[in-house]
Amino acid sequence: MALLEVRDLEVAFNTADGVVQAVRGLSFDVERGSTLAIVGESGSGKSVATQTIAGLTRGARVSGTARFDGIDLIGADPEVLRRVRGAQIGMIFQDPLSSLHPYYTVGWQIVEMIRAHRKVTKAVAQQRAAELLSIVGIPRAEQRIHDYPHQFSGGMRQRVMIAMAMALDPALLIADEPTTALDVTVQAQVLDVMRSLQERFGTAIILITHDLGVVAEMADEVVVMYAGAVMERAPRRTLFYRNHHPYTEGLLASLPSQGGTGQRLTPIPGSPPSLISLPAGCPFAPRCRYAFDRCWSVAPPLDMVHDDPAHRSACWLADDAQGRRDNQARNAAEAAAAGSSDRTPTPAGVGP
Amino acid sequence: MVRFLIRRVALGFLVLWLITVAVFGLFFVAPNNVARTLAGRQATPETVAAISHRLGLDQPLWKQYLDFVGNALHGDLGYDYYHQVPVTTILGSALPITLSLVFGAAFLWLGLGVFNGVISATHPRSFTDRSLTALSLFFYSTPTFLLGILLLYVLYFRLTLAGHTAFPAGGYAPFGGGLGPWAQHLVLPWFTLALVSAATYTRLTRASMLDVLGEDYVRTARSKGIGERRVVLRHGLRAALTPIVTQFGIDVGSLLGGVVVTETVFSLPGLGKTAIDAINQQDLPVIIGIVLFAAAAVVVANILVDLAYAVLDPRVRLH
Ligand SMILES: Nc1ncnc2c1ncn2[C@@H]1O[C@H](COP(=O)(O)OP(=O)(O)O)[C@@H](O)[C@H]1O
Ligand SMILES: [Mg+2]
Repeated sequence: MALLEVRDLEVAFNTADGVVQAVRGLSFDVERGSTLAIVGESGSGKSVATQTIAGLTRGARVSGTARFDGIDLIGADPEVLRRVRGAQIGMIFQDPLSSLHPYYTVGWQIVEMIRAHRKVTKAVAQQRAAELLSIVGIPRAEQRIHDYPHQFSGGMRQRVMIAMAMALDPALLIADEPTTALDVTVQAQVLDVMRSLQERFGTAIILITHDLGVVAEMADEVVVMYAGAVMERAPRRTLFYRNHHPYTEGLLASLPSQGGTGQRLTPIPGSPPSLISLPAGCPFAPRCRYAFDRCWSVAPPLDMVHDDPAHRSACWLADDAQGRRDNQARNAAEAAAAGSSDRTPTPAGVGP
Repeated sequence: MVRFLIRRVALGFLVLWLITVAVFGLFFVAPNNVARTLAGRQATPETVAAISHRLGLDQPLWKQYLDFVGNALHGDLGYDYYHQVPVTTILGSALPITLSLVFGAAFLWLGLGVFNGVISATHPRSFTDRSLTALSLFFYSTPTFLLGILLLYVLYFRLTLAGHTAFPAGGYAPFGGGLGPWAQHLVLPWFTLALVSAATYTRLTRASMLDVLGEDYVRTARSKGIGERRVVLRHGLRAALTPIVTQFGIDVGSLLGGVVVTETVFSLPGLGKTAIDAINQQDLPVIIGIVLFAAAAVVVANILVDLAYAVLDPRVRLH
């Protein structure tokens, strides 16, 4: 049994504009001690999905299950959830400055976390807080527990967050874009800290990111999300070298090649669909250069591809490069035809 | 921090000085016939002149002003025109009344406002929230004098007619005469003053809490598995307090100069009522004394608010 088994998770928000379907039928497993990366452009539902699992989403309609260590967290009693949060599921977030309370010392904040779950004295908890800060590589930890978050640099703050999230040796760490707000040089250090803690404590990690570089370094398994749903799911190597879904291909094309400074990126043209009125068919079809008739009418299921049980893709395309090229050529030709027919030719040199 | 304080105190003195100039100037622009009033209807011009001389009113304005400032710096605010009582004595007997009124009411409105505001913010758009909002708006738009008279009518007049005298019609019982009578005389004025302000504090707390509860660090607090109560109070309210404290300091500071309407409705001889009497009699030294005290209260309150920022927010303190 996997540590976390998420099945058919749906999360919807009622808003003034309509129902926002932020997560649509999400399923994945996280094995003990392994790292699952969830990637996707901003707005694809990564944060909502993971926060819902931890019971942090408020005012949403939620269905599906998320069995953590055998207990379904969706719709669990608030007290049950409270005991799981922090103690068994630690969380870190994108912006460590806004995620730490500005009015309390970092030591106080870590002590609070420990004492919410363990019956220990303040002195013992404080000792432990200092220990944790030194484990994550903060120098002079004994003194620094008395400092406030604004007295730390961005990278050090994220280390504080990691120390706090790991304080009770949780079985799962949810890291929501932990390096996005940090300088490039600091990003690698923070990832190193996470990885060494994972080795030391055997923690499983859900790593949310839109940076495939981070995925390449950290992940065992990858889930690619788009418009609230899984587009492709595969082990890391498979995803990088034998990916199937055009959205994954697009994400990889927008990744700067290793060490290649000045390398031009190819972002995916267009933007994600509105989650309020999703069209029938594949949500990625409007941006997909290989799309054909069927893509527009029926949403593809997340099915096994390449005869690999670990590899699933929600795409109608066959895995045949020639077929894709044909589709692409046909789509390009159609677009060109449509483009020239509704544009009236203007004589050159006649300006307004 | 210390340099900042020195600057603020110096600025405070500058404000007070400007206020003395303004009050002096304004008062002497209007024709002044204190001496004539005091001398009585049948007085000869000589008597009037003598009185003018005794009060120092025959001196040139700049001389009167310099004398005043010189004395004020020694803590002497002069004598009132009519009974030759030191102004400081007059202030000294009115001040405890205003202090009792303002601090009692402030305690009430802060408690009521913050409590209701937190309830509203933690149950946004619920029935409770809407009811509290409606109630706030009701008290907010009720003029103080009307609320005071209403309370008097129901809780003094009707109750006394029904044979239960729970509250006096007005007046003040000094603190020294026992806590019971003191509070009994002040309960209605306290509520009159507090209900109007509590509305403001309810709205302010609600808005501030709603902001803070959406902050990332509140999400972090929840992710740590601490109880919801603690999340709301230790993490939410603690951070939401800053604008509330600011408003509180400014409100208390400006009320200390006298709560004219409430003091008048309940016949409390505090600073507000004393000021009104002094203005009616053109009793310049008393007016200046009260205006100066009121201004000083506002200045001090503002400095205290700035200090409170530093106490509340380490980002300010450690800068
Ligand atoms: N409280 C909410 N009410 C309404 N819509 C929300 C709420 N929270 C998130 N959403 C919407 O859900 C979608 C997914 O958001 P999110 O999970 O934050 O994306 P990601 O983390 O992948 O960038 C977005 O379109 C966002 O606008
Ligand atoms: Mg996100």
